[in-house]
Amino acid sequence: MSSVNTAMVEKYRNNFLKEVSDNVEEGEWVRMCMQCGVCSGSCPLGPHWEHPPQELFMMIRANKREEVLSSTSMWMCTSCYNCMVRCPRELPITHIMHGLAHYAKRLGLAPKEQPTNKFSQMFWNNLVQTGRVNELKLGLALYFMNGFSEGIKMSMKMRPIGQGMFFTGRMAPMEILGGHGVKDQKGFHAMLKKAEELEAARVGAHV
Amino acid sequence: MTEVVATNQTIVVVGGGISGMTAALEAAECGKQVILIEKNPSLGGRVSQLYKYFPKLCFPTCGLEINLRRIKANPNISLLTLAEVTAVSGQAGDYSLTVKIAPRYINSNCTACGACADAVESTFPNEFNYNLNQRKGAYLPFNMAYPQRFVIDPRMIGTADADKAKAACKFEAIDLDMQPEELKLKAGAIIWATGWQPYDANKIQPYGYDRFANVITSVELERMMDPQGPTGGKLVRPSDGKEAKDIAFIQCAGSRDRNYLKHCSRICCMASLKQSTYPREKFGAEGKSTIYYIDIRAIDRFEDFYQKVQADTTVNFIKSKVASITLDKATQNPILNGNDLEKSGTGKDMRYSNAHDLVVLAVGMQPSVDFKAMNLGLSVNDEGFIELDPANGGQFAAGCASDALDVNRAVQNATASALRAIQVINQVANAEG
Repeated sequence: MSSVNTAMVEKYRNNFLKEVSDNVEEGEWVRMCMQCGVCSGSCPLGPHWEHPPQELFMMIRANKREEVLSSTSMWMCTSCYNCMVRCPRELPITHIMHGLAHYAKRLGLAPKEQPTNKFSQMFWNNLVQTGRVNELKLGLALYFMNGFSEGIKMSMKMRPIGQGMFFTGRMAPMEILGGHGVKDQKGFHAMLKKAEELEAARVGAHV
Repeated sequence: MTEVVATNQTIVVVGGGISGMTAALEAAECGKQVILIEKNPSLGGRVSQLYKYFPKLCFPTCGLEINLRRIKANPNISLLTLAEVTAVSGQAGDYSLTVKIAPRYINSNCTACGACADAVESTFPNEFNYNLNQRKGAYLPFNMAYPQRFVIDPRMIGTADADKAKAACKFEAIDLDMQPEELKLKAGAIIWATGWQPYDANKIQPYGYDRFANVITSVELERMMDPQGPTGGKLVRPSDGKEAKDIAFIQCAGSRDRNYLKHCSRICCMASLKQSTYPREKFGAEGKSTIYYIDIRAIDRFEDFYQKVQADTTVNFIKSKVASITLDKATQNPILNGNDLEKSGTGKDMRYSNAHDLVVLAVGMQPSVDFKAMNLGLSVNDEGFIELDPANGGQFAAGCASDALDVNRAVQNATASALRAIQVINQVANAEG
């Protein structure tokens, strides 16, 4: 549990709806939901959600803070916007799902093994090193995400594609040593640090 | 030429449906002079197109007949059919109206014998049956039409069929040279009883009304149940004429939805509860209904009716706004997709894909006239209904011109509007001494 999380619990006590309204992107719309369920019925991944969108909205109102924020559900959203198009009250459901996932992540409550969350973190860690995505490292990290033997199996399976990419010049093996980056890496990192500070100040302002 | 006497002590009622007839009668039976203007060839409006009323499940023909008899018996009412108001000017106690009258091509000699209809061959979509079947070019709009007089479709004028109709008439009732007329009327007060129209179901893209034959609207189901209707009272599917024993009703089809109509149309829940008795009426225990709803709004005393339907084992309720309809091509069954919100478990357990024989969209109500565009100086709300506002002067809304209402409430509302109009006329009469 992060300190921000503790502070938020302290601040909002038993009003999770208000907490979502204040802190989650487009969260103020949650109260507009009339529980028709057209979002859940329209979602192409709906059957895979533990809690479909309209249920998440009801859980928010019912103060089920832990269950909502640690849920894998909103991480399933693929931004197809079907729900948003059909919502009779024009709730920006897609944005709220991303907002909830983002908020849960910031509080350290997001499910760490959820594939979307896991890969997003991997992508970010890869990107911030040099300011450019190192595709070779990212690809390998993805193969080995679920353990060493899985990784070897996956690598063998993908070998012909890798070879093809290598011979056509679409993959540079030397990237493994560090790879290319932005010109001003020092400035890039300073910029990220500044952004983090601004974000922390913004969140702090709410606490 | 149409002759009508109108003074600034006349009440003009626009619309000859249940609200307009009620308002006209209430005012006329209080001794006021009333001109009743109807756009269609007959009085009756949407009520005449219903099979049954809720909650008593009686037939509207009965109430309609009582009203028609009262109108026939009342010398204070002048009726103009095929007439439309095109402009209004003036203020309370002193209005001038322009009324366009379309030619009927049949005069008052008509005995409704039907010889003209037998003589002609050309047919046109039958608007009384929501275009579900065809009618002749010379026709009586429906059996109870008032005035009980045939009409010749203007699209038939100039064809050989029109001459055939004229030749067939033994009473010299057909006048093919009849011309449109324009009347100027005076009025002290105007009652807008222009009613409603079903929301255009083609606009609800995920439900495929435009693509699937077996997706129909609630108003069309009413016509299908009528023994005089397009299927002769048989409850069958449009695609193959198979008996529709398993019917799904989709509530809020176009209502309570910012993509379509913002307002709750209020009648559709009760209409679907009523219609859920139809499969049972036709097929006994084999007739099944499933109502997909957000919440059932059986307002005040209708709760009893709701409970009665709930107790019926042939009726199933699923709390869910249906997300989309797809088609099973082999059987032509529409398949309803969505999430059942009362199922517990994860998303997988809630998901349904239910096939039904026929799907009925409980379409919403919207005003049939665009009052804003007519620029009548009326206070019109976002939904297009006329608001009760002193600034409206001597103009009042009756029935569904004022809000989405069921028949009972429309009639109450029409009576209220007649009282308001009478007050205006009384003020004019007092001032003139």
